[in-house]
Amino acid sequence: MNLRNALLGMTVAVMLVGALAAPAVQAADKEQFFPVLVYRTGPYGPNGVPWANGYVDYLKMINARDGGVGGVKLTWEECETAYATDRGVECYERLKGKGPTGATVVQPLSTGVTFALTEKAPKDKIPLITAGYGRSESADGAVFKWNFPMLGTYWTAADIIMQTIIKREGGADKLKGKTIALVYHDSPYGKEPIAMLEMRAKLHGFKFVKLPVTHPGVEQKATWLQVRRERPDYVLLWGWGVMNATALKEAVATAYPLDRMYGVWWSGAEPDVKDVGTAAKGYNALAMQYGAGIGKVQQDILKYVYDRNQGTGARELVGQVLYNRGLYSAMLAVEGVRRAQEQYGKKPMTGEQVRWGLENLNLNDAALKRLGIEGQLRPLRTTCEDHMGSSWARLQTWDGSKWVMQDIWYEADMQIIKPMVRDAATKYAKEHNIPARDCAKEMTSGS
Amino acid sequence: MFYRENGQFKTSYASDAQIFPIRQDRWFMLALLLVAFVGVPLAGSDYLLRALLVPFLILALAALGLNVLVGWCGQISLGTGAFMAVGAYAAFNLMTRLPGMPLLLALLLAGLVAAVVGLVFGLPSLRIRGLYLAVATLAAQFFADWVFAHVPWLTHDAASGSVTAPRLQVLGLAIDSPVRKYLFCLAILCVIALLVKNLVRGRKGREWMATRDMDVAASVIGISPVRAKLSAFAVSSFITGIAGALWAFVHLGSWEPAAFNIDLSLKLLFMIIIGGLGTVMGSLFGAAFIVLLPIFLNRLPGLLGLQVSTSLVSHLEFMTFGVLIVLFLIAEPHGMARLWMTAKNKLRLWPFPH
Repeated sequence: MNLRNALLGMTVAVMLVGALAAPAVQAADKEQFFPVLVYRTGPYGPNGVPWANGYVDYLKMINARDGGVGGVKLTWEECETAYATDRGVECYERLKGKGPTGATVVQPLSTGVTFALTEKAPKDKIPLITAGYGRSESADGAVFKWNFPMLGTYWTAADIIMQTIIKREGGADKLKGKTIALVYHDSPYGKEPIAMLEMRAKLHGFKFVKLPVTHPGVEQKATWLQVRRERPDYVLLWGWGVMNATALKEAVATAYPLDRMYGVWWSGAEPDVKDVGTAAKGYNALAMQYGAGIGKVQQDILKYVYDRNQGTGARELVGQVLYNRGLYSAMLAVEGVRRAQEQYGKKPMTGEQVRWGLENLNLNDAALKRLGIEGQLRPLRTTCEDHMGSSWARLQTWDGSKWVMQDIWYEADMQIIKPMVRDAATKYAKEHNIPARDCAKEMTSGS
Repeated sequence: MFYRENGQFKTSYASDAQIFPIRQDRWFMLALLLVAFVGVPLAGSDYLLRALLVPFLILALAALGLNVLVGWCGQISLGTGAFMAVGAYAAFNLMTRLPGMPLLLALLLAGLVAAVVGLVFGLPSLRIRGLYLAVATLAAQFFADWVFAHVPWLTHDAASGSVTAPRLQVLGLAIDSPVRKYLFCLAILCVIALLVKNLVRGRKGREWMATRDMDVAASVIGISPVRAKLSAFAVSSFITGIAGALWAFVHLGSWEPAAFNIDLSLKLLFMIIIGGLGTVMGSLFGAAFIVLLPIFLNRLPGLLGLQVSTSLVSHLEFMTFGVLIVLFLIAEPHGMARLWMTAKNKLRLWPFPH
């Protein structure tokens, strides 16, 4: 190593720092920027990819079909988080200032990243949509002003699974003395439902067994040994990525009856059962209202995006469970912008304005029809107190080759959930000195 | 020509024993500190400060702590993440359970708690060495992962096991903006780096190095291996504990035990191996390499204006990063700090090498 090489190395290092620090390229005025935090690699990649494709395809379709929202073009940039909290935070910092009005909304698709961003988003005035995941108590908009866990949280999911089990048993009193185990991803994601299930266990008198699985979840022998020993009457599965398929394989190996296994809506997609195939027959999982399928909105995506060879992924993946969920997530964000534009004019919206739009969202039947998702989602309405909007879910069963949807719609029992949310949110507000918002005085929607 | 100590005579023991005996080095260091403390906060964007430099500084601090143990004392440890976690949760409990606890005192006490835990897990080092010790310290890692995930008292019964840092302030000044966070971490890193530099130049450092190079010989000349090894474990854990508290409080803000898992321990070990074992500079270089380079590689296609899919970019990032590690280790097995020394030595002779 001579001097010249050393100097060359130093020059490269200086350039590296310079390039990293370079500010983002300034975009044109009439644009609405969406940061897209995704994970297309790593152990959670198989589940992250369809979600990301659905998200981006929807934005592409809105641009191609409608020319954006109110004449404002949508722009976006992906950033790979690999489901890691520190990379997620870096992505957030990288993208939050882009576009003429900064980031519109952030949707990290990771409960761990959601926890970290919940502390940051209020300072940066960027709303956080966590459709079907995230912090359960953040449904309380009076405390969590910037969080929007729309379409359901883990507490509503756990509650609905318990409802289906009670229904199957033929009454809540039948649960007494029974054992219910939760096989969960040992992370904030997997631990979220525990509070709810402990509460239900006390209520109905069943024994609740917690069986954690460490990241990434490919090693579950010990967990299923415990299942074999405890012989629980029901097993709830709170897995993600490779953990789901592994859990199903282990359940088959343990000869646990799969029809007594209930997965959350993140454990009920194609990648989870694909490898197990017919062996997983009878396995139940929640569906966040809708499973796989092609409706009007998906047809529009095929027509305006895929027919023009601009699809993000393979054409066959359109309409898969997680693809649709990514699509709905993008739809919620876009509708937040649209609602904000009704209030503040047809120009790029700031994060603060979009937050107002998300809080005053009213997706009634007419709106669902306009969006092309009638029959997929049920009406959703958010208010200052309720940032969740709706908590509908259905149950689906794997018949060995495809998911079969049951026709019964369940809604979470708000009498149980409301006080829990209230308590947890009040505790959070006290710890963080957040002054309570007086929702009665806030500006509400005209409808 | 410019970097030459001709005419700089050392006339006292003090001037002979100073950290930077060459005047140009002192000027360079002063300029570097000036740039770091004044220039960067003035010129740097929020993204640079918050998303790049803050994690860099904190992990550099953790790497420095690990370097005390591995680089100077020769005890391989895979439990750094555990000691960081101990620091983070100790600081969290101190701050939330004792209202009015000043942040700096909490950090200090968290460091002490980590030091005690480090001492306990350092005990096996008295009997076992090398790779066997590495495996023993791995136990610390798994133990910490388990304890913080399954003892609810430590996390205040947080429903999902994720805890949130309290509001940070030092002497009435809130540590909330990127600039303040950066300056806070930088100040702590500078103080501790100075401390470590002086420790390793003194009696304790010599004990560590003697133990590292040959512990039998060290004990023959009167160095107690017990004290040398355990003190290295304690000092190292103290520093990594503080770094862990900073990582949790200042960088993440809200965290779960997985933030301090084995990946972090391995990353820190790579940092000091690539940066340079047994050097302060090496810890900084290594942290820069491991923290900043992947992000740079990830952004490179975008900066060049190329449209590449996200997954391809991150695969490329992994591959390039791996290749670079191998290349670096082949080109300079002693780490980037050795490159720095070589450059300095060449500069002293330049332009008339003999």
